[in-house]
Amino acid sequence: MGRIRALSVLALPLLFTTTVAAAQSSTPAPTANAIEIAYIGIKSDRTLPLSYLDQPPADEGIQGARLALADNNTTGQFLNQSFHLSEAMAVDAAVAVDAFKARVAAGDKLFVVDLPAPVLLQLADLPEAKDVTILDATSEDDALRAEGCRRNVLHSSPSRAMLADALMQYMMIKKWSRIALIVGGDPADKLYADAVRNAARKFRIKIVQEIPWTFDPGSRRTDTGHYAVEAEVARITQGLSDYDLLVVADEGDNFGDELGYRTTLPRPVAGTQGLVPSAWARPFEQWGATQLQSRFLKAANRWMTDKDYGAWLAVRAVGEAAARGQTTDPAKIGAFMRSKDFDLAGFKGTKLTFRDWDGQLREPILLADARSLVSVSPQPGFLHQVSELDTLGVDRPETKCHMP
Amino acid sequence: MKTLLLTALLLASTPALADRIYVSNEKDNTITVLDGQSYNILATVPTGQRPRAILLSVDGKSLYICASDSDEIQVMDLATLKITGTLPSGPDPERFDTSPDGKFLYVANENDNKVSVVDVAAGKIVAETPVGIEPEGMAVSPDGKTVVDTTETTSMAHFIDTETHKVVANVLVDSRPRVAAWSPDGAQVWVSSEVGGAVNVIDATTHKILKKITFDVPGLTTGKAQPVDIKLTKDGATAFIALGPANRVAVVDAKTFAIQDYILVGQRVWNMGFSPDQKRLMTANGVSNDITIIDVATKKPVKSVPVGRSPWGVVVGP
Repeated sequence: MGRIRALSVLALPLLFTTTVAAAQSSTPAPTANAIEIAYIGIKSDRTLPLSYLDQPPADEGIQGARLALADNNTTGQFLNQSFHLSEAMAVDAAVAVDAFKARVAAGDKLFVVDLPAPVLLQLADLPEAKDVTILDATSEDDALRAEGCRRNVLHSSPSRAMLADALMQYMMIKKWSRIALIVGGDPADKLYADAVRNAARKFRIKIVQEIPWTFDPGSRRTDTGHYAVEAEVARITQGLSDYDLLVVADEGDNFGDELGYRTTLPRPVAGTQGLVPSAWARPFEQWGATQLQSRFLKAANRWMTDKDYGAWLAVRAVGEAAARGQTTDPAKIGAFMRSKDFDLAGFKGTKLTFRDWDGQLREPILLADARSLVSVSPQPGFLHQVSELDTLGVDRPETKCHMP
Repeated sequence: MKTLLLTALLLASTPALADRIYVSNEKDNTITVLDGQSYNILATVPTGQRPRAILLSVDGKSLYICASDSDEIQVMDLATLKITGTLPSGPDPERFDTSPDGKFLYVANENDNKVSVVDVAAGKIVAETPVGIEPEGMAVSPDGKTVVDTTETTSMAHFIDTETHKVVANVLVDSRPRVAAWSPDGAQVWVSSEVGGAVNVIDATTHKILKKITFDVPGLTTGKAQPVDIKLTKDGATAFIALGPANRVAVVDAKTFAIQDYILVGQRVWNMGFSPDQKRLMTANGVSNDITIIDVATKKPVKSVPVGRSPWGVVVGP
């Protein structure tokens, strides 16, 4: 199964056509001392994935935020705390910025966003954003955790670096040491490939060949379309030095699902399709995850995706900080999330905490295919002096994030 | 299995000579019955879907089984080792406890954010108390007046009055509380937090946290010690705390809260059960599919016995 993803980087310029604000609120009016959380996203016209199955849901992300809101309020009733979520799904960046400004003007200080990296930075750098906390629920962009990091931004979604490290650690455990890397043409695919290259270097995995995917089968849905695809995949994987795993970078689900079983050497596929490293996966049911899966299914009438999980974590982080910090003051909630006393239970069997150097949430990464959980990284034996979770992604000594 | 059942029936038809050990196998939908002395498997009894918490009835004649995915409590007759009836439980029962007189069962409904009160004789749910998200741990006070429920995602211990079925206190504890256990004198409630990696000891009167016990297991990184089941000895002197993926049981002085020892057992040690004389403690090890028998006096593991898949709970009874 491919990952259900928005083509966030690509989709942005296409969306400047209409400017009607879609700001709305689907939850009841806030009570007097409710803790306000503002959700801001951009409605992206998702490119249909290759597979006819698993179409991207239109309400990805926001459904996770809604479930977490309900969770926060269930806990809040015992602590005399109530939470309110306003939802603004903008049609483009300009509308998203306006929605953000309007919420800040209304006094909001806690934001959960599903935005492409450039728009997120636009918000974070506004003068009025100085004292807010922006929880990035969906972006996996490594630059946002490096030179593009901001003091007022936290990330509940894993970075591409964390995903790639999780996969490479698993290769080490399996004693697989060589990959071939197929890279799609989208800018996001190049970023994913960068992360794979960095992770391969870190874990001394050899990349025997990089292959750009340029094939456009066009009529793959004609009755004999599969011949053309099979022939193309066989052609581009011919004559390679032997490799253990074919890693694919195809974030838009355009071709990755058509590699397996078609390569010249019989090798498994991993990356954005096949064995996928991700924050959440349908087959995952360990550490009580069954509970979250079933609650989400009941609330949203569909399976939870990794974007939903990122938004769930972000809104839960606010709830947890309010409960533990015993405060309804948004500034104190923001500060508590960054403090040593904060931890979040995310159905991953361990505490999740924010890295103080780049605002990234530490979290185990699942390795799963469509029907089974294969493994969870960090792998046993990858030790770390602070947290084994810091073996995934960019650690403190290597960080390029230097917040003023 | 037929032979086993027949053997079991033959054994059961004679007066019980020794204790028997009952283990719920979450993934096999069975209860394994072992002889309490030889540890031989006497029977493997089919149950409903996903049997988790098991509990001996106060009269010692039955075993109650939370069949979580069947959404009911099953009653196993210990004389015949057969499921002879069911009780309503509310959806997804995970853990439960009995009133001291055996008349009521208090059930955590994990999917429904409530505690259900079951009248055993009437076979009916007579009250429901709304609590936090994912109720799990259930423990009735020795005097029967209070039941404590823990909620995993809300991270609280809810104290519920058994007369009014109302929540009288909510105590915020560390992340993902799993099990609540009363001290034998009813003065304290011990609550284990799996993700928080701590046991909070709560004063049952003031609802203040008296002590937070954390675990520093030699050779393991912090975070691996994830406390789950808690068993206090009858004299209130010692607590045994199962540490999940740390594969160890911590031995704690229940007066000073000092950790005395870590006992190595099977993998993902989850729930535990004392022998009636409290000379032995059995642990259900969910990943290694076995139980470990600990000698309480020497604090040493003496034997491991394979049971079914994903053993969840273990109790010792007649």
